Amino acid sequence: MAAYIARRIGQALLVIWLAYTLVFLAVQLLPNDPVTIFLSADAAANPETIAAMKAQYGYDQPLLVQYFNQLTGLFRGDFGYSLASGQPVSERIGSVASSTLVLASSAFVAAVALAVLLVASATLVRQSWLKRFIINLPPLFAAVPVFWLGLVLLQLLSIQLGIMSLFPDGSFASIAVPVLVLAIHISAPIAQVLLKSVDNVHAQPFVDVLRAKGASPSWIFFRHTLKNAAAPAMTISGITVGTLLAGSVITETVFARSGLGQVVLQAVTAQDVALVQGMVLLTATAFVLVNLVVDLLYPLLDPRILKSGTHGAPRALVA
Amino acid sequence: MSIKLEEPLLQTLGGGADPGPNNGTAQGHAAKPKQRAIRSVSFWLTCAPLIVVVGWALFPSLFSGYDPISGVPAQKFQGPGLEHWFGTDHLGRDVFARVVHGTSQTLLTAGLAVCIGLVVGTGLGLLAATAGRAADAVTMRLIDVLLAVPGFLISLIIVTAYAPGPISLGVGVGIASIASFARVVRSEVLRVRSLDYVEAAFMNGGTYWSVVFKHILPNSCGPVLALLAVDLGVAILAISGLGFLGFGSPPPTPEWGLLIAEGRQYLASAWWLTTLPGIVIVLVVVLLAGLGRQLHKIFRF
Repeated sequence: MAAYIARRIGQALLVIWLAYTLVFLAVQLLPNDPVTIFLSADAAANPETIAAMKAQYGYDQPLLVQYFNQLTGLFRGDFGYSLASGQPVSERIGSVASSTLVLASSAFVAAVALAVLLVASATLVRQSWLKRFIINLPPLFAAVPVFWLGLVLLQLLSIQLGIMSLFPDGSFASIAVPVLVLAIHISAPIAQVLLKSVDNVHAQPFVDVLRAKGASPSWIFFRHTLKNAAAPAMTISGITVGTLLAGSVITETVFARSGLGQVVLQAVTAQDVALVQGMVLLTATAFVLVNLVVDLLYPLLDPRILKSGTHGAPRALVA
Repeated sequence: MSIKLEEPLLQTLGGGADPGPNNGTAQGHAAKPKQRAIRSVSFWLTCAPLIVVVGWALFPSLFSGYDPISGVPAQKFQGPGLEHWFGTDHLGRDVFARVVHGTSQTLLTAGLAVCIGLVVGTGLGLLAATAGRAADAVTMRLIDVLLAVPGFLISLIIVTAYAPGPISLGVGVGIASIASFARVVRSEVLRVRSLDYVEAAFMNGGTYWSVVFKHILPNSCGPVLALLAVDLGVAILAISGLGFLGFGSPPPTPEWGLLIAEGRQYLASAWWLTTLPGIVIVLVVVLLAGLGRQLHKIFRF
């Protein structure tokens, strides 16, 4: 167990470091440094301003020094500075992140609930046409663009029916509808993986034994199948973190909510590479941490993973 | 972060709840289901609309007689009808014509993304599966990184540093799709390389490259083809989302995401400007996912 935890934590740190290095290299590959790109929005920035700004943010130092300074900063929670506002990235994001976090986390919880609901009804419903209909819902959900669903719902609910306002006013509908839009998108992959995993579990002999002993389908599903089928669905839920962020940005734009979405759009319009870079690192860190938690919870659901050890890395293919 | 999801990942993208692959059985009958599937009605029902959409991209003027850029101001804000299938917008432009003419832009950008994903992903997957344990470990961690950084933000970095436009979008979305291709190629190559004919090819004096190109890659292409269709749909979704935010081609160009973004200003008065182009996107993505699912079935041995 200790070895498993240590290996997972080590891998998580490795991925964060690799992500940082790749993003750093990618930024160096850009035709210009972030300061020049940022100031290029002005018609003619004089070289002195560029030099002064470079010195202020440390872009005039040798690459290796920049690399290690930013890397050590990462471990202190310092994700760099926004060139447009001069604030640290964490501060710039922190001031608006709570609204996005509320949206994203409620959407995530709703997505998991929706996925379980879909899979439970697909498994327990007896009418075969209804079952087929439910099974085909997740692929449809995956194909619906978030921004379009948001706009159609806005059109329907606030313009045709007048139930919700066009702008966020704190009413229940103005929170629930964006959460639902995002949750529908996020639930699709979770439901699909869970559905397949439930099928696999149902093919196992112990389910036949339970049925033979007289357990009802819903008892089998909720008491036995769900727990055994949860592990793969948990893994895919961890992977949706990135989609959740992109989806939040788009949902916020559609519903005119304040949050990270606005910051991202402003950063892109102002050509603030440093701010976007900081957000990439922050997201990657969040992604890795969430997936680390998933990995550490995994043995609780499926203890077999501790026994299997390394899963047979392939040897080289040689004649 | 060891994510063992090659199959489920494809399932996720491709959707549907078809039963798991039964590896190893019915090797000799592979040709029969393949032919049956290609002759089946549902395969062509999926393909036919997609061929029409490709037609939109190649010969847009055959499908709509209206001009997508300059409209007739007197005909602005007409609802959908026989004259204008999808209605007209604030400048009196035919929305259906704009959707049809926007197809090539959207498909080209998505195609660029998928090509990048396919080429780089296949290279990485092949490297992971054939170049030994160290290469596998390094490649898989790289793939973890690609999964950890959302494709959305990769696109945004490129758009921020260069300029908004189809190429920036295509490259960004393409980088994001590398991971899924690499995973599928890796698992397929691992399956194929343990088969007897690969051994036999080496016995006959085949070199690494000849065996890889003549035997391993051709025989592992099925699931990759399936993923190709699915990923094209995913790329179209991502690109229309970024186009909606305004990071694609600048306004006069018709592009699916941008069309919906423009229609957004007239949400209250003209519902068709947002709703109808969106339905086209949904249909195309659903059909591509369906095509991927059927290709997956056809090529499953």
